[in-house]
Amino acid sequence: MTATGIGAPVRRKEDQRFVTGTGRYVDDLNRPGQAYAYFLRSPHAHAAIRRIDKAAALASPGVLAVLTGEDLAADKIGNLICGWMIHSKDGTPMKAGPHPALAQGKVRYVGDHVAVVIAETLLQAKDAAEAIVVDYEVLPAVVDPAEAQKSQAQVHEVAPDNTVFRWHLGDKAAVDQAFARAKHITKLSLTNNRLVPNAMEPRAAIGEYDPGTDSFTLYTTSQNPHVARLVLSAFIGIAPEHKLRVIAPDVGGGFGSKIFIYAEETVCLWAARKIGRPVKWNAERTEAFLADAHGRDHVTEAEMAVDEDGRILGIRVSTIANLGAYLSTFASSVPTYLYAPLLSGPYDIPAIYCEVDGVYTNTAPVDAYRGAGRPEATFVVERLAEVTARQLGMDPAKFRKKNYIRNFPHQTPVIMTYDVGDYHASLEKALELADYKNFGKRKRESARRGKLRGIGFSSYIEACGIAPSQAVGSLGAGVGLWESAEVRVNPTGSIEVLTGSHSHGQGHETTFAQLVSDRLGVPIENITIVHGDTDKVQFGMGTYGSRSGAVGMSAIAKAIDKVIAKGKKVAAHVLEASEGDIEFKDGKFTVVGTDKSAAFGDIALQAYIAHKFSGQELEPGLKEGAFYDPTNFTFPAGVHICEVEIDPETGMTSIVNWTAVDDFGVVINPMIVEGQVHGGIAQGVGQALHERAVYDASGQLLTASYMDYQMPRAEDFPPFTVGMTVTPCPSNPLGVKGCGEAGAIAAPAAVINAITDALGHEDIAMPATPHAVWRAAQKSQMRMAAE
Amino acid sequence: MYAFAFHRPTSLRQAASLVGKLEDAKFIAGGHTLLPTMKQRLAGPANLIDLNAIPELAGIERSARAVTIGALTRHAEVAESKDVREAIPALAELAQMIGDPAVRHRGTLGGSVANNDPAADYPAACLGLAATIVTNKRKIAADDFFKGLFETALEEGEIVTRVSFPIPQRAGYMKFRNPASRYALVGVFVAKRAGEVRVAVTGAGANGVFRWKEAEERLKARFAAKSLVGLSHSPEGLNSDIHADAQYRAHLIGVMARRAVEAASNRE
Repeated sequence: MTATGIGAPVRRKEDQRFVTGTGRYVDDLNRPGQAYAYFLRSPHAHAAIRRIDKAAALASPGVLAVLTGEDLAADKIGNLICGWMIHSKDGTPMKAGPHPALAQGKVRYVGDHVAVVIAETLLQAKDAAEAIVVDYEVLPAVVDPAEAQKSQAQVHEVAPDNTVFRWHLGDKAAVDQAFARAKHITKLSLTNNRLVPNAMEPRAAIGEYDPGTDSFTLYTTSQNPHVARLVLSAFIGIAPEHKLRVIAPDVGGGFGSKIFIYAEETVCLWAARKIGRPVKWNAERTEAFLADAHGRDHVTEAEMAVDEDGRILGIRVSTIANLGAYLSTFASSVPTYLYAPLLSGPYDIPAIYCEVDGVYTNTAPVDAYRGAGRPEATFVVERLAEVTARQLGMDPAKFRKKNYIRNFPHQTPVIMTYDVGDYHASLEKALELADYKNFGKRKRESARRGKLRGIGFSSYIEACGIAPSQAVGSLGAGVGLWESAEVRVNPTGSIEVLTGSHSHGQGHETTFAQLVSDRLGVPIENITIVHGDTDKVQFGMGTYGSRSGAVGMSAIAKAIDKVIAKGKKVAAHVLEASEGDIEFKDGKFTVVGTDKSAAFGDIALQAYIAHKFSGQELEPGLKEGAFYDPTNFTFPAGVHICEVEIDPETGMTSIVNWTAVDDFGVVINPMIVEGQVHGGIAQGVGQALHERAVYDASGQLLTASYMDYQMPRAEDFPPFTVGMTVTPCPSNPLGVKGCGEAGAIAAPAAVINAITDALGHEDIAMPATPHAVWRAAQKSQMRMAAE
Repeated sequence: MYAFAFHRPTSLRQAASLVGKLEDAKFIAGGHTLLPTMKQRLAGPANLIDLNAIPELAGIERSARAVTIGALTRHAEVAESKDVREAIPALAELAQMIGDPAVRHRGTLGGSVANNDPAADYPAACLGLAATIVTNKRKIAADDFFKGLFETALEEGEIVTRVSFPIPQRAGYMKFRNPASRYALVGVFVAKRAGEVRVAVTGAGANGVFRWKEAEERLKARFAAKSLVGLSHSPEGLNSDIHADAQYRAHLIGVMARRAVEAASNRE
């Protein structure tokens, strides 16, 4: 390992600009002559729009345009799309209602887009928006997914009972048989609480139109600018693909919420041509709460059947998933193919059956959020595992060991083929790091101070590096999920790597450069990673589902191999040897068995000056591209152990120890990986203890600011103990698995398992706020008093 | 935010004269309540009168019997003041518990008292310590000052200039933070003074800060946490919201009161 190669904890190159305020986010960009957009949003969860009177707004100072859904329809701008087709059990396609960028006839959630005002200043746009008179006929609303199918409120005409699909996966008969011969059955009713993503940078967009070339530019906060361009051109119809450039510069966090193609950027582009000026929009935090796609929101009945030895025979799951008022870009895939195929966890389970009803409600659209489906699946499996072990009187670690998969590859009953893993190794290491054997001692010590101590496990597996294209295509994806790269070697030997992955906090500028430095022996400072601009980068699929390492870097590795192969051809001419005798190692081309060699940079120069070979024989230049489609998902897995201490008088839960042992395969930069684990745990703990989006019965979002939406804070966490085990991934050339979501996937079950252990309860709903824990503690105390 | 005119008087007299003259004017000190409200367009005063350049509103003074703190004093200054820490450590601790460092370096005592947010900390200290709120016109006892949610005895255009806190024999403040906003979900200020014990509760009351008389009587008999064992506040008249219902708040009043007494008793 070199100081900057694979495995080195290289400091993040990009952080210098981020921490010194010299990053360039969309809001830092200003285009000559730009005007400002402000969206008038629906104050009602569900209402028919009888009339919109724009006259006063149009007469307001500085106003350039007031546009509504009618104008959008007149210009034949298409609806926003959901790019993943799900079929119901009966074979019918999902029932997707229309999703116009500005409401047409109806609003369906508080925050829905009614009109946009474009003005010289933002203040003028806001003033004018207040002058728009909308005549609403308020309709009954439904917000609770469990109520959606029986509600009087009908969100979309095409979806009776507000049901988008009734989907299922697995062998129902086999599961029924397994349950029939079970010795013990565990049943749980689980809620996976609704979350607001809360990226540090709110969404933003600048739309720009150049009449000279009849082309558009969109500056946007996107995790996948090429996908945005494809959707905006091919489906929404803003402009042909070659006439639209999408730039996603520095982006301050996404967590999934910036994958999607939203109304606002669509409107900014369309309006830019209409008024002939660039149009800028920047979300306020309240708008982010109201109109960013939310996450999770499942209501689930789950059962686990075990035999007399404590072996799992089957799992049966029935889930209602809230999809919100419209189907966001990948909404339908999250509670289906990103969820049910993970219900085997790391366990050898012969039979699994899962039904999912996706429902419309009068709430913000729900789509992928860090983990997307896999945190929900892990929560189901790991709550079931823990409760089953307790009900059987088994040590939860032993129960897991007994049921772990031992042989790979392993075919689960729910699509997935796990390629490799060693779950025992992770568990053993975690038990040791968490000092599990002395937990009893610590619990007694807490009890002496009047505190309740509990310990909880989460032995998760996830499927990430989302790909291969054929597989996801067969499951309904509208796109392929490969990645592309181009490695441009300059005559001076410095390198630009163009990648279709997008970095919005992950540190690609460092890790990707480490790979290149490692493979080509070029100093890391001579390597630049270029991403986020459709005019610079060849096509790319973007960053989500922890795929940038496994898929994006593998594409770079493939392109590097081509660069080395071409370099050998050049070196053969330069070193006057046959190409087969050239080897490349440590940044040098060498004639095997001799001391004749040339440095990588020298060969790059020779490739460009092309004096040593004939241009007819060998093309000059040193630049190679690659498209890489992996052979499988990757399956990171690990064990997180959470230890809590509860103050029963107040219900306050303190996390006192956290141990994470993850298997991410080969690790490129352990410092960055550890950071990803920390962040993931924080978000997972956020879900378990703090966060929840609450709509009241009329559909008003009660948690639309940080006064009421509880984010986790640094003071809520102890130092984390992070360990790693390594089984290299056989499904990509680097042996890497994804690490971006693991913490968020593992954490919620670990926390709830720890709290229920402390309280001696079967279940407590997330978020386990002090109020909820206090109530549960009261019940425990009353029960103990009664006993 | 709506557009507004900004005024920065350099004396109390100027400020009072401006507020008498200008239409739809509001005072601004730290701005920690007013500015977010204005940003959301929930408030839109035509004129803002900034009190930050008025020297009469600054400073902390300690006498044998009281600590008097200028209305413009930031929470951080109170928290760090040697005089406050020595004379009324519970007050310094309370200031240290407000918000986060940015809030504590901007928010002011006068602003908090005049705003009378039902979950603010200072009203509990004022009521618990039997403070006197001094304005440019008069002196008002804390018992008469806090009138309900965001309501005080202040008249139109009246300016809080300082607050005088009598030095108690012992005092303690404990708060259970709202997990989201970190305002007081329940905060209890307990003070033992010559001849009386005061227990002031913030965060919990549907009508703002109030005194818990039953607890005061018990503590007057014996100033010890034990005196409160078995005593619980009624949930009636308490706030109920998505963070805590009235019953939980009532329970927390008891817990925080006991812990505040313990903190007060454990001093020295």
